[in-house]
Amino acid sequence: MFNFFILILIYTCIYAFMSLGQNLITGYTGMLSLCAAGFFAIGSYATAILTKLGWSFWATLPVAAILSAIMGIIIGLPTLRLKGDYLAIATLGFAEIVRNVINNWDSLTNGPMGIQKIPQIMVFGMNVSPYKKYGFLLLEVVMLLICWFLLERLASSRMGRALEAIREDEIAANSMGINVTKYKVVSFALGAAVTGIAGCLQAEYTLSVSPGSFVFMVSIMVLCTVVLGGMGNFVAVILGAFIIQFISYFPQLVGLSNIIPAQAKQIIFGLILVIMMIYRPQGILGRKERNNKKAEKAWLEKKEAKA
Amino acid sequence: MSMLETQALTREFGGVIAVNKVDFVVEKNMITGLIGPNGAGKTTLFNNITGLDVPTSGKVFFEGKEITGTKADKVCRLGIARTFQNIRLFKELSVIDNVMVGRHFHTGSYKNRTVQAIMSYLMVEKEEKDTYASAMKWLEFFGLEDLRNEKAKNLPYGYQRELEIARALATEPKLIFLDEPAAGMNPQETDDLMKTIRRIRDLGITVVLIEHDMKLVMNICDNITVLNYGQKIAQGTAAEIQSNPAVIEAYLGKDEDEEDEE
Amino acid sequence: MGSASLLFQHLMNGLTLGGIYALIALGYTMVYGILKFINFAHGDILMVGAYIGLFTFDALRGSTPIGIWWLVSFFIAMVVSMMGCAVLGMAIEKIAYKPLRKGSRLAPLLSAIGVSFILSNGAAWMFGTHSRKFNYPFDNSPISIGGVVITPHQIMVLVVAIVMMVALKIFVDKTKMGKAMRATSLDSETAKLMGVNADMIISLTFGIGSALAACGGMLIALDYKVYATMGTMVGLKAFVAAVVGGIGNITGAMLGGFLLGLLETFGVAILGIPQGFKDAIAFAVLILILLLKPEGLLGKAEKEKV
Repeated sequence: MFNFFILILIYTCIYAFMSLGQNLITGYTGMLSLCAAGFFAIGSYATAILTKLGWSFWATLPVAAILSAIMGIIIGLPTLRLKGDYLAIATLGFAEIVRNVINNWDSLTNGPMGIQKIPQIMVFGMNVSPYKKYGFLLLEVVMLLICWFLLERLASSRMGRALEAIREDEIAANSMGINVTKYKVVSFALGAAVTGIAGCLQAEYTLSVSPGSFVFMVSIMVLCTVVLGGMGNFVAVILGAFIIQFISYFPQLVGLSNIIPAQAKQIIFGLILVIMMIYRPQGILGRKERNNKKAEKAWLEKKEAKA
Repeated sequence: MSMLETQALTREFGGVIAVNKVDFVVEKNMITGLIGPNGAGKTTLFNNITGLDVPTSGKVFFEGKEITGTKADKVCRLGIARTFQNIRLFKELSVIDNVMVGRHFHTGSYKNRTVQAIMSYLMVEKEEKDTYASAMKWLEFFGLEDLRNEKAKNLPYGYQRELEIARALATEPKLIFLDEPAAGMNPQETDDLMKTIRRIRDLGITVVLIEHDMKLVMNICDNITVLNYGQKIAQGTAAEIQSNPAVIEAYLGKDEDEEDEE
Repeated sequence: MGSASLLFQHLMNGLTLGGIYALIALGYTMVYGILKFINFAHGDILMVGAYIGLFTFDALRGSTPIGIWWLVSFFIAMVVSMMGCAVLGMAIEKIAYKPLRKGSRLAPLLSAIGVSFILSNGAAWMFGTHSRKFNYPFDNSPISIGGVVITPHQIMVLVVAIVMMVALKIFVDKTKMGKAMRATSLDSETAKLMGVNADMIISLTFGIGSALAACGGMLIALDYKVYATMGTMVGLKAFVAAVVGGIGNITGAMLGGFLLGLLETFGVAILGIPQGFKDAIAFAVLILILLLKPEGLLGKAEKEKV
């Protein structure tokens, strides 16, 4: 049981990465992307292939992220001018195309069989293979904290404000001198990169990848995570990731996986989406308001000094 | 040389000519009015100048340089700001954040974009303090400073209009387009708006406004252009426009007073 | 077989597939026309329709030998399935979408994704994950007409699809209800002022759309069996068809459906696109059309009012 709890935490971290990316794209910039599974797949396969070629973890990780980001730009440039529903479908289409390619590009991806026996990784000379779960979890948590901190910082900067302006009203933002296309693509690429990191971790943890792990369901789970926690709130989506993973592995955790059908959790995810939309569309924690306290204080002090 | 000029600007929407060969001129440091019945093409003309729409033919010149078809964000950076007929605030953001968005392209003071990105990352707090202070100036200009932490959507209607102008002014424009700023305002608010527009002009900012409130237009505009069915039918001072038979015929109708109520 | 008849063969295959896409696309387009949102659960409704149809058909035909009673049973099952799905569609609208009409545009879309998940996984739970065979209600041995080999199933699909579409077109164009529907789609506020009961029209739209989906679901199940996730990919492709034709436009959805069916068939048969990439064709078409003519072939360009 305790092992399952560790497992939940490990997957929480992987999904938290994806949710951070989705939150930047959807929660902050207001673009409904259904492409998380696609970026996740690219990060995973890049890691699997490069690790098998003998690359180290620290060399693989950035490449996985950058490849995902490039994919984000390729997808983003043509589609990001589409609105809401259309963007959702177009990105979903791209994710399906990615899966289609992986499924059929046998020489690179080994097709539907996937890639097995990915070498175990060494970090600072330590083996943090899945057989030493604490090491892997620790690595994940440290990376997640760094990533969360950087994204939080980004969100509180002028760029974060520009992204929120785009979410609120694209035309008005454009007329205020904000290059909407540029920021949308940057946001999409960064979100994709973070999702790619999740893919990298997934591959390093399971030591195998196959197209079946990157179905549409994954994108929906990530979206569900963000909606549940609270769009536009990085802490909230990490919480959401934990709850979603907890529900996912609850049957195993309590030893009832034989009695509770596999579909139950997915039905629960569906219910979460519907019920949250009706009763609490802002999610459990809700959007994080922009915090100008320090700037306000400085302004007030200056004003008093003048008076 | 005029500050802004359009030459035979035309915009067609699938066979319907919304703006038809309009030569629209704005002189520096003046208040220019753009009037005409509903559907005359006023907003379309605004959109084609400010880059939200691309003209079918014709040219736009700003300070002597051609800006035809320039994208909205670039137009704004060149010094043309605008407001919208149907108020487009960033509703879920606070009042001060709305104005801070207007400061966007003035912040990040490093020329090299990569350096700028990194610096703005490292120095978020300092940059935010500067942005905040400069945005507050514009809230104070409208006396909205006490409402700074309210969400924009919670402001009363009149304040929302003012906030939209404050946000546009925060981009430090040379020229500002106001699309029906007095719409939905009571006479008292309209009077205040009139004073505000003059104060904006006194800052050295050229003002262009679309307005249906004839009292406002005739009172403060130095120069008025009249559109009807997409065409320019008259241009001149308030007195000239009021006595222009084409305008009276086409726009004001026979009974002037009735139209004034609009 | 001559190349001309081979071409005709592919044409028939494409039209059959397209007819089914068109039936399903109509539901997407009608709902979008009125509510401006994509009913993501539409594909799963067709799956439910296929299950209802299958169970009704199997119960009715019992152990009787194949014959005219099978065909009658099939059409009775189709009516039952269409009615069942109409009720389901209307219920979903009432429960999951109606409360969200005032909120952000993201909300109903997310809610629809949720409903889709509940339906497909609920079905997998209740009926298992295996696929079930849907017997042809007739002898489906191919028949040759002038060198072209077609199956009775193909003929039935085309006949049913065309009858349904003509009926829908007449309903929308000629009846009072249909007019109210079009009015609501053009401008729901004004339609309300003119005394149109918008809630009723929205319900009706969901009902008709879902019934057509059920019909499409049964037709496709004959060839591809019945299983819990059968609606996902077909639903997405039908949506692509709706976008290609011009979303919100009923004739466009029909055109888009047939066009997509033909493109997929010819893409694999003539252009030599590998079978594995068949599903990608639809999405490539979608992305292309969104970039080149986002309003679709028959749609009107809609510009956001500034």
